[in-house]
Amino acid sequence: MSIWVNFLIDSLAFGATFMYGSTGEILSEKAGQLNLGIPGVMCMGGAGGCLVLNLIGKSSLPGFLIVLLGILGSFVMGLLMGLIYSFLTVSLRANQNVTGLAMTTFGVGLMKVIMAKMDDTVYLVGPKQLYRWPFAGRTDALQYLGVMFFLAVIIALAASYVLFRTKVGLHLRAVGESPATADAMGVNVSRYKYCASCIGCGIAGLGGFYYIIDYMASTEAYKSLEGLGWLSVALVIFALWRPHRTIIGSTVFGFLFSCSSYISNLSWITVTMATKPLLKMLPYLFTILVLIFTSIRKKREDQPPQSLGLPYFREDR
Amino acid sequence: MQKKIAVSMRGITKRFGSVVANNSVDLDVYQGEILAVLGENGCGKTTLMNMLAGIYYPDEGQIFVDGREVVIRSPKDAYALKIGMVHQHFKLVDLFTASENVVLGLKEEGRYNLKKVNEQVAEIAEKYGFHIEPQKRIYDMSVSEKQTVEIIKMLYRGADILILDEPTAVLTPQEITRLFDVLRRMKADGKSIIIITHKLHEVLSVSDRVAILRKGERVGTVETAQTSESELTEMMVGKKVSLNIERNAPVNASPRLLVRGLTTKSEDGRSAVRDVSFTVNGGEIFGIAGIAGSGQKELLEAIAGLQPVESGEIEFINPKKDRPVTFYHKSLKRVVELADKNAFHDGEGKPVSFKGMTRAEIRRRVNHGDVLFREDEVLSLRDKTPLQIRSLGIHLSFVPEDRLGMGLVGGMGITDNMMLRSYRKGHAGFVDRKKPRRQAEEIIRELEVITPGVNVPVRRLSGGNIQKVLLGREIAFTPKLLMAAYPVRGLDINSSYIIYNLLNRQKKNGVAVIFVGEDLDVLLELCDRIMVINSGAVTGIVDARTATKEEIGLLMTKTDDTAKENA
Amino acid sequence: MNEKKNATANEPLIHLSKRESISIVKSWLIRLAAIVLGLVVCGLVAYILSDKLRSGKKTIFDFYHSFLVKGSFSTSRKMWKFFKNMAVLQCISLAVTPAFRMQFWNTGAEGQTLMGVWGAIAVAFYLGGKVPAALLLVLMLAAALLCGALWALLPAIFKAKWNTNETLFTLMMNYVAANVVSYFLVVWVPSGSSSLGKLPFGRLPSVVHDYFLIIVVAFVLTIATFVYLNYSKHGYEISVVGTSVRTAQYSGMNVKKIIIRTMIVSGLLCGLTGYLIAAGLDQSITTESVGGQGFTAIMVSWLAHFNPLSMLLTSGLITLLNQGAAQISQDFNVSGAFPDVIVGIILFFIIGSEFFINYKVKLRRRARAVRKEDIK
Repeated sequence: MSIWVNFLIDSLAFGATFMYGSTGEILSEKAGQLNLGIPGVMCMGGAGGCLVLNLIGKSSLPGFLIVLLGILGSFVMGLLMGLIYSFLTVSLRANQNVTGLAMTTFGVGLMKVIMAKMDDTVYLVGPKQLYRWPFAGRTDALQYLGVMFFLAVIIALAASYVLFRTKVGLHLRAVGESPATADAMGVNVSRYKYCASCIGCGIAGLGGFYYIIDYMASTEAYKSLEGLGWLSVALVIFALWRPHRTIIGSTVFGFLFSCSSYISNLSWITVTMATKPLLKMLPYLFTILVLIFTSIRKKREDQPPQSLGLPYFREDR
Repeated sequence: MQKKIAVSMRGITKRFGSVVANNSVDLDVYQGEILAVLGENGCGKTTLMNMLAGIYYPDEGQIFVDGREVVIRSPKDAYALKIGMVHQHFKLVDLFTASENVVLGLKEEGRYNLKKVNEQVAEIAEKYGFHIEPQKRIYDMSVSEKQTVEIIKMLYRGADILILDEPTAVLTPQEITRLFDVLRRMKADGKSIIIITHKLHEVLSVSDRVAILRKGERVGTVETAQTSESELTEMMVGKKVSLNIERNAPVNASPRLLVRGLTTKSEDGRSAVRDVSFTVNGGEIFGIAGIAGSGQKELLEAIAGLQPVESGEIEFINPKKDRPVTFYHKSLKRVVELADKNAFHDGEGKPVSFKGMTRAEIRRRVNHGDVLFREDEVLSLRDKTPLQIRSLGIHLSFVPEDRLGMGLVGGMGITDNMMLRSYRKGHAGFVDRKKPRRQAEEIIRELEVITPGVNVPVRRLSGGNIQKVLLGREIAFTPKLLMAAYPVRGLDINSSYIIYNLLNRQKKNGVAVIFVGEDLDVLLELCDRIMVINSGAVTGIVDARTATKEEIGLLMTKTDDTAKENA
Repeated sequence: MNEKKNATANEPLIHLSKRESISIVKSWLIRLAAIVLGLVVCGLVAYILSDKLRSGKKTIFDFYHSFLVKGSFSTSRKMWKFFKNMAVLQCISLAVTPAFRMQFWNTGAEGQTLMGVWGAIAVAFYLGGKVPAALLLVLMLAAALLCGALWALLPAIFKAKWNTNETLFTLMMNYVAANVVSYFLVVWVPSGSSSLGKLPFGRLPSVVHDYFLIIVVAFVLTIATFVYLNYSKHGYEISVVGTSVRTAQYSGMNVKKIIIRTMIVSGLLCGLTGYLIAAGLDQSITTESVGGQGFTAIMVSWLAHFNPLSMLLTSGLITLLNQGAAQISQDFNVSGAFPDVIVGIILFFIIGSEFFINYKVKLRRRARAVRKEDIK
């Protein structure tokens, strides 16, 4: 396979990390919840999955069950983080920015504590091949497209379907646009906010797990997870709050983020050590450009949900 | 036929902090009737109805629907009891279509099928005689269309008890007639309709019974057929009030503000103000009438330098005092030249002519000091920021419609709010709080502002007191032009009269006052002239002393084409 | 009667209303209670994570002793360190505050401060030894201020002109800054080790103690920021813009200018902090020179309700927690990331406690009334 096809597939695979993170964040933001705790949630999701694998990684359970339980573990851990976030921001009406940042501090820290305590021969070495199904064992880039990559695409498409084609989605968008209206129409605002944040966090958690166990499949992977969380938040804007667009967006981000390692493989471009950081800067600069561009081109349908970041209290007069 | 009671409320009390909004209110609604809940602004009508609709939860009291005690803890509970409310501020999601808004919040079996909903919406519309496009998005709709969506939303949910909060406030007379027809058809269909209003003629024309609220308490319920406007007014305000607002003839009226062909910059292809021309004189109150949202806000903001202007001219005429001509500034030859052009006048305002006089005589006359000239300063306000306008020495005061969102800072005390005008004074980089504090105390004393202290956030004051603070500050600035948008909205009658008096005092001082109002009776009694606008264009300027309400109502609804034909 | 009972059962369990005002004592008592509760939960978490606690080698008393006393106050070295850390955190918190008061969510203090460090170190690297020491220090300061301000200025311009989301813009700028630093580390240290040793130039003189100057600067800045925000025309403008942009425009303020000016002030303060870190402490730079304090500062500032004086309490508290938790990870054999977990937990509790300060919670008042009737 040519280096460029490899590069593309690698970008897709890498992008799945953001796909999870952004899809989760979009669900949350569409309900008006700006969750800056996504990096922490992704970290904890990763830790949750690894915790489960640490228990069953060497057991005699069938492979698919190990895969499934790992995914479930990371989803549940993300969900629990979402529960903390929703309790503080919805029930206790705390400032969403500050709560999110506290979640990131907490999540990243706790993940590091947990990961340092675990045995990588149990949670990583054995299970990682299982997650590479159906392309496990191949030597080209296709090996990176494992079961969780496809899951990411399915979840992104499903999220778009739910948001824009079902009544649940209609209610959820109404909550994010105008909670007072939704409330007056009998939509349970708090319940929708809770569900959207929690499920969103669960999905984002899968992203962290995918990155550790599948894409990187290394014991050091968790240390670079936080930065990817922030990129997921940025990708939401790039996708203009539509989950299916994260599939393309995440590939672009993956491309930008990993091109530094690919370009240095090319013989006809001289790449010194010093160029690498500059290339790694690209996705962030690119995000800034997208941010600027969308803000200049004010299109009604592309704007953030109107009540994004605001707490809702019915008797506010 | 004995009518059945649909809803009854017993001993309902609701408090907000230390304010009692409703105090032990009893109310009955029958099936198949239109009940009007009448009361002044702020008497607790909306709060009472919000408790039926599940927006608020009563602190005390019971609610019975069809004879059974019920608990309405959310709008959902209200729908389950077939109670629906159309709020004054529409509860619609702007980004959604009419049909999407209609099904919002409903839990139905089966798949989500918007097509079916579209058909059902059209069906309901036909049954009661509405006009609506189910797939139009709300942000593209007119106010009347939005109201229609709201009512259909309730009917779609099978509401038998329909509450309408001030449904006519934003409608044209024709639209009101159409709405009342629809209401009567619904009544005939056996539905109970409650309309909240403070407009007496509407009460008399559409309702069967009237419940009157005053200061959070129910004063009484009467049959519409057996009552009169004066009886209702008396019950509503507690005592007979003379509606006579003081009005003096303008003194020394001379043009102060000239607006010529003003068009504001549009955001989405539609300018809010289009080709507006008028003149406001010093010493008069110039009224602006029109349906809410016809461009009043944008017009005032354009004058105040807050709204970008596309074309047209805004000129402010700063009156200068008469000054004697001297030879210090002008040569004799120039003085004679100017006199020929009628540039000078004497102490009584008559033009001065030097025809047939010798040079010595002219010199004597001029040196005597009774050859005067007046040089009005004409300043363009177009494309100027508020600060530039102020630095031109123009005393322009503006009381915006949105008091806490624009005129005042809700979280700050009165002192700090005074500083919005004056904080630039003071030494070096620091603010001076002493003078604003004195000013704040003066306003509290003179306008009888009720507040626990000068530093209590103004947000916590009542509507009337907030308005007194705002108007007080703007008047303390000794304006030459005072613009007030809906200055009595939401105020009780006493506060309203204080505001009218303040405006009249300004008029007496020679200030040009622009008064944007919604109540035509007030406009007709307070103003000297009234300009009527409709969708951003002037449809007529009338003399308030001779004009009739019908005349203005007609101008308010006149479309562009007819306006052009008449012009 | 039966119906009545059902009705009460359907009543909302919890009834909320906004408080009009609350006494300062009561609000601080609520916060204190939250912190105590948070500390208890921290103890539980530590119990789960630490073998030493579970096996009984150390008691829970040792835990709290390490946490609250030993970590920050047991030796004079630790105490100096406590005040130094608090001073740095306080400075960054002060830096973000003017922007926050304006409702400009500057999440980029991390990058702005890092660029300040970078500016100072770059000057020291290129000019060190070539110009007099005093002049070098001045030039370092100028470079640090310039870099910090520039990093804040960019998002501010776009916010002012096109209302570009500042939260995400400033956030992204953090990572751009980190990559700028790692680029220069490669350029400056060609060996590939990417670690710049302690430079022999550009050190602030030591008065009384190495950390004394920083602590004094932080204290002076606190007072200055307090005065700036509460008694200056700029401070007044910031408050008005923060509450309502419409009101600001109405009163003739140039909102764009104020946004840009305030962000420059924020950036300058970040740059100054970066200078203190570079010239007063590290004399070197890594991508972790600021170590996440730019984010912590956001919470410090918010918890203090953007009041510079209260910030002394909140920055002190966070520093105390951080050092205490670091002490614990040493004494109790838990990971070095443990302080983040502890700080996170306590933050959750304080954030949650704000609710009880702003709202009144009533529990089923009428249910009790009915029961009384039943007794009769």
